[in-house]
Amino acid sequence: MDHLRRTFPGGIEAVKDVSLQVPPGEFLAMLGPSGCGKSTLLRMIAGLDHPTGGTIHRSQSRVAYVFQDAHLLPWRTVLRNVSLPLELRGVTAAQRLTAAREAIEQVGLADFAHRYPAELSGGMRMRASLARALVTDPDMLLLDEPFAALDEITRTSLDVQLRNLWIQRRMTVIFVTHSISEAAFLADRAIVLSARPAKIVLDVKIDLGLERHNALRGEPEFARTSRLLLSALEGGGTPQ
Amino acid sequence: MLPPAIVFITVVLLAEFIVRRGWIADYLLPRPTQVLAAIQTSSRELLLALRSTGVASLIGFSLSAVVGIVMAIILASGGWVERAFYPYAVFFQTVPIIAIAPLLVIWFGLDADAVIASSFIVSVFPVIANTLTGLRSTDPALRDLFRLYEAGSLSTLLKLRLPFAFPSVFTGLRVAAGLAVIGTIVGEFITGSGLGGLIQVSRQQQKVDKVFAALLLSSLLGIALFAIVNAMGRLAMRNWHASEKE
Repeated sequence: MDHLRRTFPGGIEAVKDVSLQVPPGEFLAMLGPSGCGKSTLLRMIAGLDHPTGGTIHRSQSRVAYVFQDAHLLPWRTVLRNVSLPLELRGVTAAQRLTAAREAIEQVGLADFAHRYPAELSGGMRMRASLARALVTDPDMLLLDEPFAALDEITRTSLDVQLRNLWIQRRMTVIFVTHSISEAAFLADRAIVLSARPAKIVLDVKIDLGLERHNALRGEPEFARTSRLLLSALEGGGTPQ
Repeated sequence: MLPPAIVFITVVLLAEFIVRRGWIADYLLPRPTQVLAAIQTSSRELLLALRSTGVASLIGFSLSAVVGIVMAIILASGGWVERAFYPYAVFFQTVPIIAIAPLLVIWFGLDADAVIASSFIVSVFPVIANTLTGLRSTDPALRDLFRLYEAGSLSTLLKLRLPFAFPSVFTGLRVAAGLAVIGTIVGEFITGSGLGGLIQVSRQQQKVDKVFAALLLSSLLGIALFAIVNAMGRLAMRNWHASEKE
């Protein structure tokens, strides 16, 4: 991303001059106050929105996107929801069902493959949504505050699960969040964005090891990282 | 089921009582037992009329459902088509059917076609309007998802927008079910067939009990059509839970 800029009709400046390089296979957390333009940035990376200035170059072609809520099709079972991306791309039924079963297994929903979204809990729906993103075997996974609507316990367990999935697959992950602890827990690198229009106020490596367990949340190193992110967030949050 | 049954029985008993006491003359408001007797004595005539009204309503309603949904899909394709044709869809709704029914007879003749046309004109608009609303309210995140996976506009329509519009479509169809019967009766006022024709003739002969008997049957017909649509909607959305409860 080079000097990226996005201004909406009506003069609202969502993203102002963001330059960022994300190497393949990196787990990046994008942290910023609500409404700062993080989602806009992510949508531009996905190609769902276009910058009004600057350029994006993406070497990865298979991009998957996970939204804030699960956004499953209520008239389809988990299995058919997860296989949807392959169906839209014209993959044969046998192939897409095999891939879908595998993805469902990976997120631990194997017993619920034939249930409808209305029969699942919020956390299960989110896992189904994650499986739908994984089914295309993406080399880039974009997540827009995916666990924000979930309760703390479900959220932390999904954090661990997501980290483990990344360790297995090593795709590039860009994880947008407004939760400091989530960013510190999940990512190997975090950038902190200012209030709208979004600018990068901090870009930091997070060295907390490869595998992350919930016990990490109590360690002094974790607390130090969280404090660092918090102070950057507070500094960037005040209008300059 | 119990509370509405209690209301029904109370109202019927009250009407019977009021008319029997002579507070309202029975040539103005027939006693429920008189209506029942009228149904018994003219049962053949009533059933024949019910059948022709029922068939016309069903055809009118089916036409509305098919044409209405197709029209809405065309209108929702966006751009100038929608801008050019939507006002006429509104125009259809404001046509005073009572005034236009005689015209329909001139165009289609004194037979079932005029009645079906009347039924169709009255009931098509809610189908168009509700389907259109449903097609426009597709979850934007899911549209993004379909764009991300490069879905064509046909598969987006069939796999996302149309099923997403189901609850609204059925809302439109439920309204249309009742209106289709009303449109049929209005058409029959002019052509003289079916329950509408029977109501017209009985009214002229001052047979108020027969008018009420025919009215009762036409209401039951509307309710039956409504119940069928409702059951179809439930079946189509049996796994949705949340939206079905709306």
